[in-house]
Amino acid sequence: MADRHGPIRLVAWAVATAVTMGAIVAAPGVAGASPVTITYWQYEYPSKVKAINELIRQFEAENPGIKVVHQTFPYEAYNQRVAASVPAGRGPDVVNLFYGWLPLYVESGYLQPLPPDAFPPAQIEAEFAPMVQAAKLDGKYWALPTAVRTLALFYNKDMLKQAGFQGAPATWDEFLKAAEALTERSDSRFRRVGFAVAPNGQDHHLVREVLFRQWGTAPYSEDGRKVTYDNPQGAAALGFYTDWVTKYRIGVLNFFPGDSGYRDALMQGLAAMIVDGSFAVGSIKSGARVDWGVAELPTGGPHPLRSNFGSFWANGITRNARGEKLDAAVKFLKFLTSEKAMRYWLEVVGEIPARRALADDPALRKDPVYGPFIASLPYAHATFFVDESGQRQVMLDAINAVILQGVPPAQALAQAAQREQKILDDFWAKRR
Amino acid sequence: MAQLARRAQPLLARKRRGLGPSVPLRWQRALWAYAFLAVPLAFFLSIRIWPAVQAFNLSVHEWNIVGEAQPYVGAANFRELAADPRFARALLNTLQYTVVGVPLQLALGLALAMLLEQVRWLRGLLRAVYFVPYVTPVVAAAWVWQWLYSPNFGAVNGVLDLLGLPPQPFLNSPEQALYAVVAMVVWQNLGFQVVIFLAGLQSIPRVYYEAAGMDGAGPWRLFRHITLPLLNPTIVFSVVIGTLQYLQLFAQVVNLNFLDQGGPLDSTLTVALYIYQVAFQRFRMGQAAAATVVLFAVMMAVALLQLRFLSRRVEY
Repeated sequence: MADRHGPIRLVAWAVATAVTMGAIVAAPGVAGASPVTITYWQYEYPSKVKAINELIRQFEAENPGIKVVHQTFPYEAYNQRVAASVPAGRGPDVVNLFYGWLPLYVESGYLQPLPPDAFPPAQIEAEFAPMVQAAKLDGKYWALPTAVRTLALFYNKDMLKQAGFQGAPATWDEFLKAAEALTERSDSRFRRVGFAVAPNGQDHHLVREVLFRQWGTAPYSEDGRKVTYDNPQGAAALGFYTDWVTKYRIGVLNFFPGDSGYRDALMQGLAAMIVDGSFAVGSIKSGARVDWGVAELPTGGPHPLRSNFGSFWANGITRNARGEKLDAAVKFLKFLTSEKAMRYWLEVVGEIPARRALADDPALRKDPVYGPFIASLPYAHATFFVDESGQRQVMLDAINAVILQGVPPAQALAQAAQREQKILDDFWAKRR
Repeated sequence: MAQLARRAQPLLARKRRGLGPSVPLRWQRALWAYAFLAVPLAFFLSIRIWPAVQAFNLSVHEWNIVGEAQPYVGAANFRELAADPRFARALLNTLQYTVVGVPLQLALGLALAMLLEQVRWLRGLLRAVYFVPYVTPVVAAAWVWQWLYSPNFGAVNGVLDLLGLPPQPFLNSPEQALYAVVAMVVWQNLGFQVVIFLAGLQSIPRVYYEAAGMDGAGPWRLFRHITLPLLNPTIVFSVVIGTLQYLQLFAQVVNLNFLDQGGPLDSTLTVALYIYQVAFQRFRMGQAAAATVVLFAVMMAVALLQLRFLSRRVEY
């Protein structure tokens, strides 16, 4: 009996469910103008998730006709996840991407250029930190950041005082003097390093965007198509860096084990100084057992100019957003890149704002922790990566070849230039 | 009894009616078995075999994973591989891992298994101790080994220091790093290898040893003429499985040097890691698929050769 009625009951249930669902979906349409729903993707990071949720709440309150769905994915799998969603024809309308990935996503037609009437390029260049230009391709902007990151010198205040310094070293000469005084070792085993070298951390950026420029060579041509560091100035800059390990012995590769051993070494009081990004502030704040400070990167070399490496996660609009979804996406992006959102972001996430107006804010510049990062904004360069992972490996290998195999810096750099030029050529060849 | 049979009669009849009277019970059973086997088979085909076939197709196309364009490029991906010194290095390293790791793992595994056979006291505990590394997560183990190997804080250099020997860079040295990785992999696989050999040893009948012992054979001759030949199936299995494992080496290499995977200076790079980097960090899917095809061919050839030349049927 029950068997015979089963299917009928199932069908009846399914029909009832479908009708109810239809009513629920249709309900807002009946009530008034149907809201536009757009989807936003970023990677999973507690403070960022919290900040975006709050910003969405504010945005939806200001724009009653728009709903934003917020989805996150683990950091390690994020790029693959976004990439895999594209051929499947799914994915977000507004997406948070690392700036170094933009060329890939632009080249494949995944992103659409930011509408120039809503985001005039001239206005972007006037109002945002100069590094944002790394998001410009073919004369168009493809994404904009809420926050950016720069590098700075993190130092152990007590140790520096012990070495006779009031605060951080301002020049590379002072830096070397302090680091030499603070290094403790017996033969080849280090107990404490003056500087925790980390070519696989942030130091490859330090060489590329800071030391090369201070030693008198730009790393790449204006249009980003040519490697330009393969010259005596470049070799001298690379040699200056590798001398820290081979000649001055103020540090050693992988001094402290672990995925961010150089940072841990500072936090444990085993390193006097490190170069790290503003994104490291959070973990150092919560984990450091020492009194630490932050300073702008030292100057030095034959051209003692200030330079820094900047990077950012930017929000772009995907090709999924069409019609009223595109309008909604543009509004949401404007909101995410507003001064108000940036101030909130700094407060909650601790990342520094991308707008110049905030970089000039005297209160922010005086902040003992964020001040030096914010001060670096005007002179920070975001390397135009076409293949971030491949180009990183090239510089890492050049540094390792000098330190581990005793290859002369000029020779290591010539080889690096050749490898990196091929990567650039491969990219540009596909773009005509 | 007769009553029971009579009661069962309609049941069987009803069952037979289901598939028609012409299908014998034996076939029906087989059909059911095939029906159940078909489910995992379908899964296996769609999850493992079909993507593998697609990899062959992808290897002659170019694809950056994001774009829709997948132009046919013929053998260009393979030419690119042939011209890439990193791929050559990865192949060479992988070969070196296998040639060093497999024999080491087999020799140590056999030695330990034979020693474990000799002891009674604490045998279970000892066996567990050797097996624990095999069930330890690679990431956790790699962390511990990173610390052990550290030139400045590591226990290994501490011991060397006590012995008055110079400290070694291990993972930091392009010359030593590969062997440092092998040591960890052998340590991890050893427990499994020991278990396999223990099973193999226990399947050798005692009477052979007793008979040979009565004829005056010493331990070496017992090992050489009884243990080794009769362990042949176990050894062949271990060599083939071990070789396939080493040819696909990935997780240990990645986690022992997480920020310079395959480094320093590509000295620990494996083919599997190369494929991962090219595919999922640089998004050259076609080139990665081509490397997969090469790895597949190498693995197939090696396994077939090993089965052909190592298998010996021994009977006494």
